[in-house]
Amino acid sequence: MSVRVKLPTILRKHSGGQALVDAEGSTLRELLTDLEGRYPGITKNIVSEDGGLHRFINVYVNDEDVRYLGSLETAVREGDTVSILPAVAGG
Amino acid sequence: MRYRDILDAIGDTPLVGMPRMSPKPGVRLWAKLEGQNPSGSVKDRIAKRMIEAAEDSGALTPDRIILEPTSGNTGISLAMVARRKGYRLTVVIPDNASSERISLLELFGAEIVYSPGEKGTNGSIEVARALARDDRYYMPFQYGNPANPLAHYEGTGAEIVRDLPEVTHFVAGLGTGGTLTGVGRRLHEHNPDVKVVAAEPELGELVYGLRSLDEGFIPPIFDESVLDRKFLVSSSDSLRATRELTEKEGIFAGISSGAVVHAARRIAQELDKGDIVCLLADGGWKYLSTEAWAPEIERAEKGVSETLWW
Repeated sequence: MSVRVKLPTILRKHSGGQALVDAEGSTLRELLTDLEGRYPGITKNIVSEDGGLHRFINVYVNDEDVRYLGSLETAVREGDTVSILPAVAGG
Repeated sequence: MRYRDILDAIGDTPLVGMPRMSPKPGVRLWAKLEGQNPSGSVKDRIAKRMIEAAEDSGALTPDRIILEPTSGNTGISLAMVARRKGYRLTVVIPDNASSERISLLELFGAEIVYSPGEKGTNGSIEVARALARDDRYYMPFQYGNPANPLAHYEGTGAEIVRDLPEVTHFVAGLGTGGTLTGVGRRLHEHNPDVKVVAAEPELGELVYGLRSLDEGFIPPIFDESVLDRKFLVSSSDSLRATRELTEKEGIFAGISSGAVVHAARRIAQELDKGDIVCLLADGGWKYLSTEAWAPEIERAEKGVSETLWW
């Protein structure tokens, strides 16, 4: 499944400066593995050592936060958009 | 209504229907108009609560200066409370906050310290924490102060239960997490099936200039377990919904309100029946300088994209 991935500024150093890249996978975990294969080092700050999502990173599939869906097992489909953003506060 | 002073007039805000905003006939959308609070935003609730809690505990004494990191609204609310109670206040705010926020802070007598705009509120927290090491300052720290969600549990949430016991969904912006945590808990006590939904802004290049992901920040008071879903809403979608609120409902709200309504409508699409309460955090006044209501949408989008509206 070819999926669009929007990268935060901080990770673009791994993608040669590209903000938007493509990746393949039917779950978010598969997608991130594929992304790591194309841009080594990029998932170091997305997936933590215990295999879960890094605490200060938010990942969205079609603008919905995966922590409230299936986390890394969230299904992704052809044409979906995955956004990766650092956690920011407001107020 | 008669009140002892301006602080007693905080809260008990109107819950108004938005009959033309719902995409489905069986789903009713409601707006809790927090812009009707005395200094113009939901933050009046927590400013009063945090300061009174600190006075009660003895942490805040007349000789100390109140210090707080804020993207604007909390600073303004604290400034109003400080004026009424006679305290000095210093706020740390990102330098790309809208000009109206700065003007309001100044007229309420707050001293202002600017933090780098590209680091957003995360940056203001960093700067404030460093300043707070000086004992002259008392920092309420809205991101970690339990009085924040408590104000919403006892105030905002209780009011919603009172006015709309049949509520099925609650949607609010995620800033400190106080509103979602406090209202969420109160609503779940009333009815465990109520869905609590967060809207988060996609701020674009404006505030993601963090050097590392460890500069990310999750407010300690935010109870993630209270949430059922969380949506990312772009500046563009937020702006369009904000304009539509004025156009279709005569509601003049800030841009984060547009984000909340956008997320609410996404939820509404999935339902046949429902009563969705949208927390509209402030009125549109502080965003006039962004030209958000300009007839040409492009001018509005440009104006909004250059300001921190969250």
